[in-house]
Amino acid sequence: MDLYSLTLADVAKKIKAKEVSIKEVLDDIYSRIDTVEPKVEAYITLTKEKAYERAQVLQQKLDNGEDIGPLGGVPIAIKDNISTEGVLTTCASKMLENYTPIYNATVINKLEEAGAIVIGKTNMDEFAMGSSTETSKQKETKNPWDLDRVPGGSSGGSAAAVSAQMAYASLGSDTGGSIRQPASYCSVVGLKPTYGLISRFGLIAFASSLDQIGPFARTVEDAALMLNAIAGHDEKDTTSANLEEKDYTKALVNDIKGKVVGIPTDFIREGISPDVKEAYDKAIETLKGLGAEIKEISLEYAKYSLATYYIIATAEASSNLGRYDGIRYGYRAKDFKDLDDLYRKTRTEGFGSEVKRRIMLGTYVLSSGYYDAYYKRAQQVRTLIVNNFRKAFEECDVIMIPTAPKVAFKFGAHDASPLEMYLEDIYTVPVNIAGLPGISIPGGFGENNMPIGIQFIANAFDEMNLLQVAYTFEQNTPYHNEVPTMRGGNN
Amino acid sequence: MKDYEVIIGLEVHAELSTNTKMYCNCSTEFGADPNTHCCPICTGMPGVLPVLNKKVVEYATKAGLATNCEISRFSKQDRKNYFYPDLPKAYQTSQYDLPLCIGGHLDINVNGEQKRIGITRIHIEEDAGKLIHDAYTGDTLVDMNRCAVPLIEIVSEPDIRSADEAVAYMQTLKSILEYLDVCDCKMQEGSLRCDVNLSVRPRGQKEFGTRTETKNLNSFKAIHNSIEFEIKRQIEEVENGGKIYQETRRWDDAKGIGYAMRTKEDAHDYRYFPEPDLAPIVLSEEYIQNLKDNLPEMPHIKKERYMKDFDLPEYDADILTSSIKTAKFFEEANDICNNPKAVSNWIMGDFTRMLNEKEIEIDESKVTAQNLAELISLIDKGTISSKIAKQVFEDMFETGENAKDIVEKKGLVQMSDEGAIKEIVQKVVDANPQSIADYKAGKDRAIGFLVGQIMKETKGKANPQIVNKLLLEIINK
Repeated sequence: MDLYSLTLADVAKKIKAKEVSIKEVLDDIYSRIDTVEPKVEAYITLTKEKAYERAQVLQQKLDNGEDIGPLGGVPIAIKDNISTEGVLTTCASKMLENYTPIYNATVINKLEEAGAIVIGKTNMDEFAMGSSTETSKQKETKNPWDLDRVPGGSSGGSAAAVSAQMAYASLGSDTGGSIRQPASYCSVVGLKPTYGLISRFGLIAFASSLDQIGPFARTVEDAALMLNAIAGHDEKDTTSANLEEKDYTKALVNDIKGKVVGIPTDFIREGISPDVKEAYDKAIETLKGLGAEIKEISLEYAKYSLATYYIIATAEASSNLGRYDGIRYGYRAKDFKDLDDLYRKTRTEGFGSEVKRRIMLGTYVLSSGYYDAYYKRAQQVRTLIVNNFRKAFEECDVIMIPTAPKVAFKFGAHDASPLEMYLEDIYTVPVNIAGLPGISIPGGFGENNMPIGIQFIANAFDEMNLLQVAYTFEQNTPYHNEVPTMRGGNN
Repeated sequence: MKDYEVIIGLEVHAELSTNTKMYCNCSTEFGADPNTHCCPICTGMPGVLPVLNKKVVEYATKAGLATNCEISRFSKQDRKNYFYPDLPKAYQTSQYDLPLCIGGHLDINVNGEQKRIGITRIHIEEDAGKLIHDAYTGDTLVDMNRCAVPLIEIVSEPDIRSADEAVAYMQTLKSILEYLDVCDCKMQEGSLRCDVNLSVRPRGQKEFGTRTETKNLNSFKAIHNSIEFEIKRQIEEVENGGKIYQETRRWDDAKGIGYAMRTKEDAHDYRYFPEPDLAPIVLSEEYIQNLKDNLPEMPHIKKERYMKDFDLPEYDADILTSSIKTAKFFEEANDICNNPKAVSNWIMGDFTRMLNEKEIEIDESKVTAQNLAELISLIDKGTISSKIAKQVFEDMFETGENAKDIVEKKGLVQMSDEGAIKEIVQKVVDANPQSIADYKAGKDRAIGFLVGQIMKETKGKANPQIVNKLLLEIINK
């Protein structure tokens, strides 16, 4: 039986009904990994031993008639920038190639409380900086739909693992699109919750005011189950919101009659490829057909998001990554003359070029004499963008835009120009700048039969509306039923 | 030589005496084994986030209120970025453009004159760890126990004009922080320390000279001597046609010299920016008012009360109230023996001298307030003479025993039995006919000699008044 092809919701039900044992589920998923992983290379570390230990404990509980939680016994993959106690957490960097946290991120504790089993840590762009997972110093993760193409990034491993059915769901992090863009490239559901809905404690910081953890899943229902498990206030993260807890599965209602969907025509005019445009227009028609009201809105400042993002994100990163200095943990250069030499060599050798580029950019925009012109200004523009969205949501329930302007590209396509790579994030970044929730769901197939994602954006903490619209769209379209072919790979 | 004016501003760092650190639950206790008071948060492990200790805001607000500052209803924390092995996150969380307290002042007394020193700001920030250099192996080791211990930095206006004023300012500030109980002010442990910004200019010149900053002074003596040194150095430099460079300096207290550490050219660019992991600090009117209403009695108010309630001279009241520990000791002792002047005299006299010799503070002494009160009661009741009392006190100070026990054990109870004293007086008079003759010839000094002989015979225990009375009776008979 192909257990691995079930949804999270279904496998959880089967475990609970004792139709399968948790060990069987684990055996099945690890055997799937044995088969597919050599082609896709989504994982940096597998945590088999711990997973089987946990499976035994959970099965015992279940057999004793105890409730093992909504995710009881379900194998989940974790992006390698989320701290896991006793398990290597590398951020796909040479800098942390030997780093094992002594504590769990809050989301890991929450997932485990909900009964999930962590089966491995997934590949990513180094320190989550990139849009293709190519900046990883660990391995090259392939897109399961075409092994010659990138899975997107930075959470490429988490997206590919779910897409290739090597995990029922996974966690990623999204600073400028790092969940939604790879979800789009790999044809899975990727949810970036509202900033503050999920605790960031234990997420190795890239840009603190933008980072947010979120799930990848094969269906909107599975994403809602994951969100239920990880959402909520954490006293260890004072930027996490203290709100009443919600049951997000209540949003799984197949009905969007009367919902107003905003279409920011002024924003999606530029850079969009014809196949994505076609899928997008088709999505508009689908929503219309389901009884939604389509409303043209204006997001005049959204086009400044990318510029704003590359100032704020790099500034925060330049500070957040200062701690990797070779003194206490992680990589340390072998030969050094003095303290300055130790710092210089460790950071020169330990960081890859994209990370160094961003540290330098961030250092520059914060340096004395430039702060006002860059960082301060970017914060002011950020306020304009926030207000822009706030106003838009006075007119609509959700906004719909494509997730990415193009389908997944081939390895090395953007090597010559980092700026072109940055443009891949044009539709995802505004959501982070404004701290809003966004979801990418399968929305069709384009050039070379590569997946296209459709993105919905909702007002802050309005994940209910977001999930309802996404769920309805999913239930009335066929794209999420397709599985990747794993073609190519002989380049 | 021209007449120079000295311009000084102090940046005082005071470690707040909260039980736990600024952003985690680790203990702030001083002197623990290296790296035993730390956790992933204060050692800056990847992925951790800070949670601001509310006590830090409370203590800093109290310090602001007690120094007449305006308390910001909205302030924020910022990151100050620089690399050093004692700073595990590679940034210090501090406050940059919106500090918690702004625009206060302190009144200081120097040589009987009162002077007002402006306070620019008080902000909260975290301390760094400590580097320990192992002289034997040549290794440098990091102790992170002090990482993220909360501090306030109190920045004065450049209103200070001499080493004496700087010391007086520091003493006044120390006394206020102790009264507020927000800092233990143990300068030798570094929990209260300061940086001195200093420049000189020919008197009458409008613009300031170039200033230097001498860092990390942790005793009044070091503050005083480093300032005197730097004033002399700068004036000589200017007089000799040299130039003062804006630089950071260190003070070597043992050698009594200051030296340049780094110049402005290689000064850090700290790249301050708002700390994105921490929400702004927003204080309500009620919060501030509540702290204001519950501030303890401040030193200058206490001083006036001592003068009024206990009829103490200003000099006494000033010394007794300069430290909350001394004031507490005074009040506790006086509550028992009800003799304020006597308690005051003891504290300001032998007791302080002995404390200074031992380099300890009053609350570290073996003599308790109750012990001193009992000693004073013994004098007041005439059980022992004040002269004997001094002897008893020395024993108390050494052993911590109470006065009564010492007096009994050593048989120091005062002789007041007239019959017994009379016998001894007679004996001394009989043995010193020459002194009697001298006295009768008008040499009053002879009396002193005779009293001395009598006290010697009684080992100092005879009640002096009775001795005097009986001696005169016998001689004049």
